[in-house]
Amino acid sequence: MDQMKPGQQARVRCLRACGGMRRRLQDLGLTPGNEVNCRLLSPLGDPVAYEICGALIAIRRKDAKTVEVDGPLCTDS
Amino acid sequence: MVCDAGCLQRNLNLVLQIMEAVPRTLVCVNLLDEAAKKHLQVDLDLLQRRLEVPVLGMAARQGQGLEQLLPKLHQLLTAPVTDNAPAPFRICYPAAAEAAITRLQPVVTHYLAHASNARFVCARLLDGDSSFSRALTEQLGLSPAGAPELFALLARIKADISQTPGGLEAFQDSMAAAFAQQAAVLCQGVTRPGDQRVAGRDRRLDWWFTSKWTGFPIMLLLLLLLFWLTISGANVPSQLLAQGFGWLEVRLAAGLSQLGVSAWLTDLLIHGVYNVMTWVISVMLPPMAIFFPLFTLLEDYGYLPRVAFNLDRSFQKAKACGKQALTMCMGFGCNAAGVTGCRIIDSPRERLIAILTNNFVPCKGRFPTLIALITLFLIGSASGWQGSLLGASILVAVIVLGVGMTLLASRLLSGTLLQGVPSSFTLELPPYRRPQFGRVIGRSIIDRTLKVLGRAVVVAAPAGLLIWILANVRLGSTTLLQHMTTLLDPLGHALGMDGTILSGFILGFPANEIVMPIIVMAYLAQGHLTELNGPALAQLFGQNGWTWVTAVCTILFSLLHWPCATACLTVHKETQSWKWTLLSFALPTAFGLLACFIVASLAALLV
Repeated sequence: MDQMKPGQQARVRCLRACGGMRRRLQDLGLTPGNEVNCRLLSPLGDPVAYEICGALIAIRRKDAKTVEVDGPLCTDS
Repeated sequence: MVCDAGCLQRNLNLVLQIMEAVPRTLVCVNLLDEAAKKHLQVDLDLLQRRLEVPVLGMAARQGQGLEQLLPKLHQLLTAPVTDNAPAPFRICYPAAAEAAITRLQPVVTHYLAHASNARFVCARLLDGDSSFSRALTEQLGLSPAGAPELFALLARIKADISQTPGGLEAFQDSMAAAFAQQAAVLCQGVTRPGDQRVAGRDRRLDWWFTSKWTGFPIMLLLLLLLFWLTISGANVPSQLLAQGFGWLEVRLAAGLSQLGVSAWLTDLLIHGVYNVMTWVISVMLPPMAIFFPLFTLLEDYGYLPRVAFNLDRSFQKAKACGKQALTMCMGFGCNAAGVTGCRIIDSPRERLIAILTNNFVPCKGRFPTLIALITLFLIGSASGWQGSLLGASILVAVIVLGVGMTLLASRLLSGTLLQGVPSSFTLELPPYRRPQFGRVIGRSIIDRTLKVLGRAVVVAAPAGLLIWILANVRLGSTTLLQHMTTLLDPLGHALGMDGTILSGFILGFPANEIVMPIIVMAYLAQGHLTELNGPALAQLFGQNGWTWVTAVCTILFSLLHWPCATACLTVHKETQSWKWTLLSFALPTAFGLLACFIVASLAALLV
């Protein structure tokens, strides 16, 4: 997921995080099959904000790296 | 349970987790007003029928639905518990999980005959939630030693699951996913998608506030604007208040002497208690009455999470949490509140870092001191809007320095006493909302401004009394205060200040608001001056040997010194440790001593 660029959309394939972070990501809506939209890059490039289930969530790159996604499905301008 | 109508599905995930444990739940769908703006429709009746618990729609900011909240809760909690009371909401787990629950449930029921919800206990035990096992031991006395059969069976079931494809992790994932799936099913038809134009506007605003080129400049400009409005707006009311209090002082003194009050008591009440109290009010009140409503407007608008988003990378470098930026913003109001606010940080290590460094942002008790010193000594001959703009720029620089010191101290702590890897960080960036101007201004005036007044009376009045006693009780040929200032003079001079200023900081430990009045009182006890407005104050300081170096060092030390007594006590309350409280005291002080010493030495070399 950390490879996504703002405007790109993808679908969650699986999570590689474990323990508390895994559960946290799942509760945010990052479960296999769900759509993720990459929305914003912070000024220093990290963290990145993703739109998940209608909410905008900032996630650090090293955490986003643990989410595998299929895509990009489409890129809107 | 309170949910956001704007992202109901994600919130329902949590609602279901609660409802599985507690059958008597009231679901409040809040922020219906915001949803309506996005033309998002929520069918609350349908949701209530599906969840089988009362659902209440609210727009809390407008007060809609609030009147029904308490009656509904009362009704829910006082309803007689009968045998046909609603069963806890049944989450449909995948077949493998259901089978495991069925195996575990008889044993759990055996041990927890009085607990109504064996199914929930089974599910959480299988989930492998360590905090749940802890709570089970602490609350219900169920430990591996006390219930060997239960935990042996649990271990056997988990071992069996590990043999299946995917193992325990896939099993536990499927249990977590069950909530999300059920939430999605429940939401179908309940919410109808809204207007994309509002989302588009939010996205454009987000771009301006967080992009590479505009993110930081806009942040600094907003801070500058805030300070500029504060400084330029506070000037006139401050002077009017000071003049008013000065006028009243003469009348009061005359009145007291007419009543036959002895001269020394009049002196104590007027030059001790009254002077300090009115000084605090006239200097503190106007800037705070302007700054806080403006700051609350930004907060209400939803800008502060964007600040945390922008700054997170820096905190990550310091191995701390980006949410620390939010606790720093709370520290602007009051460091004690900032320290309590650190609870929003999940990782204990990062929370401790945020607590220990919160004092590096100046609180409302220190802002006016900073503003007064900058205006008196650092903006030179510039006056009018140019002067206040220059003053605001210097204040922004002071804040930026405070933020830099926070990062430096955080990095130092995570490299030494609080080592560890940065934990995960997720932060929701809520949609922008139009602030409610009337309510924000009213709330800030009551919550924050009147509190300044309250503290002025509670803290400044006794402090005025103490300082008057110190300045008037003699030990040998000199007063107690003179003894103190003479003792501290060498250290003060090494730090670019003097003994009186250091005494002010030390005696100001109960509250930062009284540091300046104490310094002024201490000087006054030696000379004599009744009016305390700007030029007279500058003259008084000048007579006592202040230069711009003194002002710079006092500003630095005001930014970087021990937290006030309230903040220290709050640190102890939050950390439950005197060791960390002591460190929260020593850390900023060490930074301040070092910074002042460097500035004073450089100035002595160069000037």
